[in-house]
Amino acid sequence: MIFPSRFRGGLTRRRFVTGIGAGGLLAALPRTSHALSSTAVPLGGSPLRASSGIIPPTPFNRWDLKVGHTRISLDGKTMHAPTVGGTVPGPILRFKQGDTVSINVTNTLDEPTSIHWHGIRTPANMDGVPGLSFGGIAPGETFTYRFKLHQSGTYWYHSHSGMQEAMGLYGAMVIDPRRPDPNACDRDYVIFLAEWTDVMPHDIVSNLKMQDDYYVFRQRTAASFPKEAREAESAGAALADRLAWSKMRMAATDIADVSGAIYTYTLNGHAPDMNWSGLFRPGEKVRLRFINGSTMTFFDIRIPGLEMLVVQADGNDIEPIPVDEFRIGVAETYDVIVQPKDERAYAIFAQSEDRTGYARGTLAPREGMIAPLPPMDPRPVRTMVDMGMGNMKPGESMKDTDMSDDMSGMKMGGDMAGMDMHGMNMKGMDMSHMAMLKMEVDDPGPPPINVENQMRAMMPIDRTGSPGDGLENNGRRVLNYKQLRATRPGADLRPPTREIILHLTGNMERYIWGFNGRKFSESGPIRLKLGERVRFTLINDTMMEHPIHLHGLWSELENGQGDYRPYKHTIISQPGSKLSYLVTADTPGMWAYHCHLMYHMDLGMFRTVIVA
Amino acid sequence: MKHALSLVVLSILALAGTAHADQPVYHATDAPEATPVVYIGGIKPAMDQGTWLHGIFNQLEGRYAPGGTDFRWDGEAWFGGDYNKIWLKSEGTLEKGRLSDGDHELLYTRSISSYWNLQGGVRMDLDDGPTRTWGAFGVQGLALYEFEFEATAYVSDRGRFAARVEGSYDFLLTNRLILQPQAEFNFYTKSDAGRQAGAGLSDVDAGLRLRYELWRKFAPYVAVTYSGYLTQARRITRDQHDDTGSVRFSLGVRSWF
Repeated sequence: MIFPSRFRGGLTRRRFVTGIGAGGLLAALPRTSHALSSTAVPLGGSPLRASSGIIPPTPFNRWDLKVGHTRISLDGKTMHAPTVGGTVPGPILRFKQGDTVSINVTNTLDEPTSIHWHGIRTPANMDGVPGLSFGGIAPGETFTYRFKLHQSGTYWYHSHSGMQEAMGLYGAMVIDPRRPDPNACDRDYVIFLAEWTDVMPHDIVSNLKMQDDYYVFRQRTAASFPKEAREAESAGAALADRLAWSKMRMAATDIADVSGAIYTYTLNGHAPDMNWSGLFRPGEKVRLRFINGSTMTFFDIRIPGLEMLVVQADGNDIEPIPVDEFRIGVAETYDVIVQPKDERAYAIFAQSEDRTGYARGTLAPREGMIAPLPPMDPRPVRTMVDMGMGNMKPGESMKDTDMSDDMSGMKMGGDMAGMDMHGMNMKGMDMSHMAMLKMEVDDPGPPPINVENQMRAMMPIDRTGSPGDGLENNGRRVLNYKQLRATRPGADLRPPTREIILHLTGNMERYIWGFNGRKFSESGPIRLKLGERVRFTLINDTMMEHPIHLHGLWSELENGQGDYRPYKHTIISQPGSKLSYLVTADTPGMWAYHCHLMYHMDLGMFRTVIVA
Repeated sequence: MKHALSLVVLSILALAGTAHADQPVYHATDAPEATPVVYIGGIKPAMDQGTWLHGIFNQLEGRYAPGGTDFRWDGEAWFGGDYNKIWLKSEGTLEKGRLSDGDHELLYTRSISSYWNLQGGVRMDLDDGPTRTWGAFGVQGLALYEFEFEATAYVSDRGRFAARVEGSYDFLLTNRLILQPQAEFNFYTKSDAGRQAGAGLSDVDAGLRLRYELWRKFAPYVAVTYSGYLTQARRITRDQHDDTGSVRFSLGVRSWF
């Protein structure tokens, strides 16, 4: 059971999605799931208490959360899942910026648990990572998280213990801004995207260790060859491409490690056929707070017939960007505003990046309406860009590449934001001289090719201007990182005094992941001096996206927006790319730093960051 | 001579100079430290040192012939982490109630590169023939173009040498229908009539298997297999009035856990 243990005085200025009176709050909150989706009954299971997406009518600064096991059936897949309050996702927690909140988490599991407040700037001991922040919450114990909320926006929470997050221990957090919300809308829904499966996480990892493409049934085959030959306009070219990939012992069809073969993609805990619905009156402005709380899946989201105005990224307001579609990496959040004018249903369509399935919901003027779903796009195919070969055609020399991006990047903001660092890692060294800034550069050099790393990106390029593999030139306006511009300048305008270059590495074949060719257990911590301003530069030597999450400190993406660079907690590093972000190490302690694809994190793409 | 010497010195100097100018001093921020980080409660925040147990029957098949059906298995199992594993290999053919080609190996396996492992241990030829014991040392891994490959050298307790080379390739007709050519070759330095082994290339066991992966871990297949003795071993086998080799139609299951 979850319930707010104490009311905050009065109601806020924000309007409520439902008409629940304040008096009915205590009774209504644990059961909000029935408010809109009472008809949601999973196949062959007991009624699922999935999330309605409705935000509690008022913020509270005290919550009691109970972590326990709940038997949940969804899409015919039953799991004895660890949950918060008996639902997946757990309850939506609403807070108010500036409040000091206390959250009692009681563990009724027979194993230790923890809750990490993703993206929230807390003191290190409140961050909820066992081993780094605290010793975890032992079975039967209650831990009280207490911290002041300095920020506002859409966030989420999840377990950081074992594989509990992969099984359902997660939920949304909404923090009301202290000042009037520039993005307040008539309706306000959380859209929590995740996956559901009855395969235990340990078994998934074990299968991937044995066969890295265990869950991929979209390989290139003899049967698909004629189609590829047509697309390449010659059988020879198609064959040459195939041979090039197999010579590298890699697959161009390697998009997601775990696919719709076992995952049911969920929206607010609803399988696609359960069709989560959010109501609106035509003409109303509807705010949708997208959270990707999945374990391994990137989603590409659109609402056919509606333009989405992206107003917030990772909890921080940005200058509104009108788009038709956007990609959300694991652990990212995006708030969008839509304004449906017609008296009809609109589909929220979130296809997985590998196009093996989709999560789906509906915005409708009445309950029970269904909107037609668009067909899924073709699955992306990796290219030379993903291999870190830049935009080169084979045989092209490096001199031919266009360096003009670098110059335009230089002019902006004076912080070298958006600098397109073509070429080798040595470029990082040269750059510090160019900027006439005495900066220490921690460059590990090209990563070794070894047991734990199978590849080296020879020419990593800036891909922040790309919406991502499979979304380029699809005829729609798709969000990219370069467009993100904060609504206010950064809080720390000092230039960095140190650059930390990290290579994202891995061996798909052995299913080992890491940084700089080493997994977590073979590495030391990344040490930051308290108060230090650091540039993190990520070079992705793998051919997959990695959503990199730094706990406790903001990651200010250098995307060419100068002082208005967006503050993020999770940054997608695209395959074959190089990007950088600035970090102010203003909170002491031990922090987790990792890829948020859970099985990449657990198999080594994890570092401890120590700020002291 | 003097000229040449100065040229060498000059070029060494030049090389040293360029090396100094061009090569940055690399330093990884996350380099291992002498004293490991102390984690609260000793809890490691990522569990990347797991051990895994897997086993596979690459062949578990009946080989049909008018004179009688042979039963053949070829499997392996391993336990361990990313670098160190214990590896068990076993193969054998049951032929008219008689077990032949029984080869069982217990190997320590060390990962040495992205795709390759070193293996070392013991091989026992254990079947209805005379028992032989060998020390084994080899490589195993994924070659260019995704060929599965293993090569092992053996030295017997009687001071003889042998070698085995085995390879296979998965050709995807569809995502579930997979054609796999596979071949195994055995070499010996000296003949061993009791085990129908001849000096040089002694025997071949090959197959072309078409499997359908009902699910990843269970794939029935049809195959054409060939098992036969070559060169000196062929003569030995013929002298023993035994079958020197035949192509068989086979049915089997590829399965793993």
